[in-house]
Amino acid sequence: MSGAVVSHWVVHSHRFETNAATREPAWVKRLLIAIALAFFALFLLLPLATVFAEALRRGWVVYFAALTEPDARSAIKLTLLVAAIAVPLNLVFGVAAAWAVAKFNFRGKQLLTTLIDLPFSVSPVVAGLMYVLLFGSQGWFGAWLLQNDFKIIFAMPGLVLATVFVTVPFIARELIPLMEAQGREDEEAAVVLGASGWQIFWHVTLPNIKWGLLYGVILCNARAMGEFGAVSVVSGHIRGRTNTMPLYVEILYNEYNFAAAFAVASLLALLALLTLVVKSVVEWRGQQQLSADQEAT
Amino acid sequence: MRPGKRHRVLPGFPLALGYTLFYLALIVLIPLSAVFLKSATLNWEQFWSTVSAPRVVASYRVTFGTALLAAAINGVFGLIFAWVLVRYSFPGKRVVDALVDLPFALPTAVAGIALTAIYAGNGWLGQWLEPLGVKVAFTPLGILIALTFIGLPFVVRTVQPVLEDLDTELEEAAVSLGADRWQTFRHIVLPALLPALLTGFALAFARAVGEYGSVIFIAGNVPMVSEITPLLIISKLEQFDYAGATAIAVVMLVVSFVLLFLINGLQIWTNRSRER
Repeated sequence: MSGAVVSHWVVHSHRFETNAATREPAWVKRLLIAIALAFFALFLLLPLATVFAEALRRGWVVYFAALTEPDARSAIKLTLLVAAIAVPLNLVFGVAAAWAVAKFNFRGKQLLTTLIDLPFSVSPVVAGLMYVLLFGSQGWFGAWLLQNDFKIIFAMPGLVLATVFVTVPFIARELIPLMEAQGREDEEAAVVLGASGWQIFWHVTLPNIKWGLLYGVILCNARAMGEFGAVSVVSGHIRGRTNTMPLYVEILYNEYNFAAAFAVASLLALLALLTLVVKSVVEWRGQQQLSADQEAT
Repeated sequence: MRPGKRHRVLPGFPLALGYTLFYLALIVLIPLSAVFLKSATLNWEQFWSTVSAPRVVASYRVTFGTALLAAAINGVFGLIFAWVLVRYSFPGKRVVDALVDLPFALPTAVAGIALTAIYAGNGWLGQWLEPLGVKVAFTPLGILIALTFIGLPFVVRTVQPVLEDLDTELEEAAVSLGADRWQTFRHIVLPALLPALLTGFALAFARAVGEYGSVIFIAGNVPMVSEITPLLIISKLEQFDYAGATAIAVVMLVVSFVLLFLINGLQIWTNRSRER
């Protein structure tokens, strides 16, 4: 992902546009802006608009009916539940990993950060397969699970595991560069003043990282609720039981029930938009904190 | 390297590192090793005949070919995007900047059905393109569109911060030595952006290779023509051919690891050239 949330929002394009050495002819500038905006409209705006247009094509009554249907409600509930388990697990992991990587030096640090990134580069389908091989009926623990009447694959625990795997890096990746940039002087000062480990974390570190942490959580949550490939492998698509919202979208779509498919999809698209709004706010706050810090020193 | 074990001032290192390693082992390493151990139950010939079957090889060509092309498109347009966002001001710039991350945040299945609706024969764009003989949905071209959508933010977000930090003095010096704007870009700016650009390209490519959700709706999934490798893993699983699915998964994992290794190297290169 894009790394630290701190820098790239307040963009000082003014200094480039007024400097003869860093300025292009006006026609080049206009052409480049036009290309970027055309690409933006075609690849980003149009798909987003399509989701809402298709969802509302048959009117609000059909839209709300599609969302309040029992299968839709159970898909929404399941999605919320899976995210409510997966996100806190990765939150604790992300904070622990960032504390270890950003505040200490040790051998194998580079290897560890690569390992944290690993789920980003594993295909979601392969991620699902791993858990089928472990916990499926023919898997390593399959016979044992069957004996003890505990289902992981084609049941909720499998959905949680697959979701946890694909979202492992999100919070850690957001926190590590942020905490590295902040250094360890604040915490070391707290140690000198006699603070305990938890006191340092709650009163010194957490206030410094809260905006980055919030963004990491929101991003992790968006991916957790929207994950498709990995959960598709482990879900078994049992309607009303193991269908998360994205899987339910697929079923409706394959049944040619486009209005309902896009109605459920529009909820996920709203979640994505909310995520982007939070990101913008977080970056704005990060900028403010940065300039406040600069003024203070 | 600073403090050794005895000089650590801050508390919590053993706990934090221990928990990190425990969690990664449980969630990532043990499940991943299950794939490799399962594939070891196949002998070499079985493995090879699975991963080199014509239908599987055709899926590699589709997957890697479209992923490469999509990453290249993103390289070009991502650079233009980053350039425009850093160097120019125009109305609506903040909205554009915020929405660049949409492919990160939008669930892949949602992107998949939306793109299909746009490019299908009766869709917003499909109805104009098909009479011209351009079929997008249910062809490899559709896969390309989906992968381009997925990959855009990777290039923009890796190039953008580097471009922002770029010292304008170098460009000023080039101009004062008589270089025109294109020469300055070609010989001064572009080399400085190259590590970040390649990193973004590799990230977009790695993501595109494994992508599933946004592709399967628009691809049509015609064997030998528009079937991607992750889909083959799923169809093998649905036929309870666990060994076959695992063999193909091993190929994909090896590619992922090579890419990850490459990306790591590129990122180190990017950071070094930024510090200079």
